[in-house]
Amino acid sequence: MKRLVYGLILGLLAALMWSGLTSAQGDGPRTVTDDEVNAIARQLYCPVCENTPLDVCSTEACRQWREVIREKLEQGWTEEEIKQYFIDYYGARVVAEPPREGFNWLAYIVPPALILLGVGILIRVVIVWKQAAAEEQQLAAEAEPDEEDEYIRRLEEELQKRR
Amino acid sequence: MSENIPSVTQESAAPPRRSVPLWVQGLVWGLLLVLLAVVALGLRRRQEGHIQIGETLPEGLVLTTFEGYEYQGQGQVAFDDLRGKVILINFWASWCNPCRDEAAELENTWRYYQASGADVVFVGVDYVDVEPDARAYLQEFDITYPNGPDLGTRISQAFRIQGVPETYVFDRQGVLRYIKIGPFASEAEIRQVVDDLLGE
Repeated sequence: MKRLVYGLILGLLAALMWSGLTSAQGDGPRTVTDDEVNAIARQLYCPVCENTPLDVCSTEACRQWREVIREKLEQGWTEEEIKQYFIDYYGARVVAEPPREGFNWLAYIVPPALILLGVGILIRVVIVWKQAAAEEQQLAAEAEPDEEDEYIRRLEEELQKRR
Repeated sequence: MSENIPSVTQESAAPPRRSVPLWVQGLVWGLLLVLLAVVALGLRRRQEGHIQIGETLPEGLVLTTFEGYEYQGQGQVAFDDLRGKVILINFWASWCNPCRDEAAELENTWRYYQASGADVVFVGVDYVDVEPDARAYLQEFDITYPNGPDLGTRISQAFRIQGVPETYVFDRQGVLRYIKIGPFASEAEIRQVVDDLLGE
């Protein structure tokens, strides 16, 4: 009997704890981890601390920004929405990758174009070198005496006689 | 004897050297020059520092004010429309401790000129800040002059500010006459600058 009573009490306690846990998860804003905040923060740069990503920046301004990210995540904003908020509020220079529009396209087009151009030049140079080497070999082969040549044969005979 | 041996001649001409086409070379050099020019312009702009005394108020700048900090009931302050008045533009931020040293002095001076009906306007530009903290700062110092965030950091970029606090005072013609880097030490210091320009 005692076991039954203890079992019922434990069961009730477990049910109460479970219901409390589930209601805590369901109510209010969701819990946002530092990792979630930093995943967005590392893509942003505060203009006050140039070249320092927001996730590792220790200034008060950066701390405020990280708090804004946390608040927005708690409110259910997506990563893109949060980044756009920062761009709208502080300008495109706060993002690691400038928005793909207008003059910013140069940042996306010029480096790959230069790399392609470089690769193209390299390939061309290698081809030219190879062709030159092949032609040199061909010329060298052409310069070698032809054993079938009548003139060469007679020359060799003359040389043999004189020895 | 060797002179009797007829020499064997051969074509000794080297193969024609093929180089990278001229237009490709020109393109590469052109791109490099453009790249260098862009870098040089960027470095020059960086080293230029803030706008200088004698320069005119940058055109086309508009400050969107915080609610409750409008100018003459307008939520947008077009700097061009302020010409004809002495204009004091103060860059600040809630995270900036030196800004706190001058906040009360600026507000007191603003109230002094408001009471006297002087032709002067103070404008606060909140630099790289978050609104709740900025509002808390404004309330803490009971600031009443027009204030708003520097949206897109357009205004601070036009002034090429190096940090906060920085204050720029323009005369009635919109010519920059005074720059204060760092906080004002006293109300008297601010009034001396503004009075000189009001007296002209």
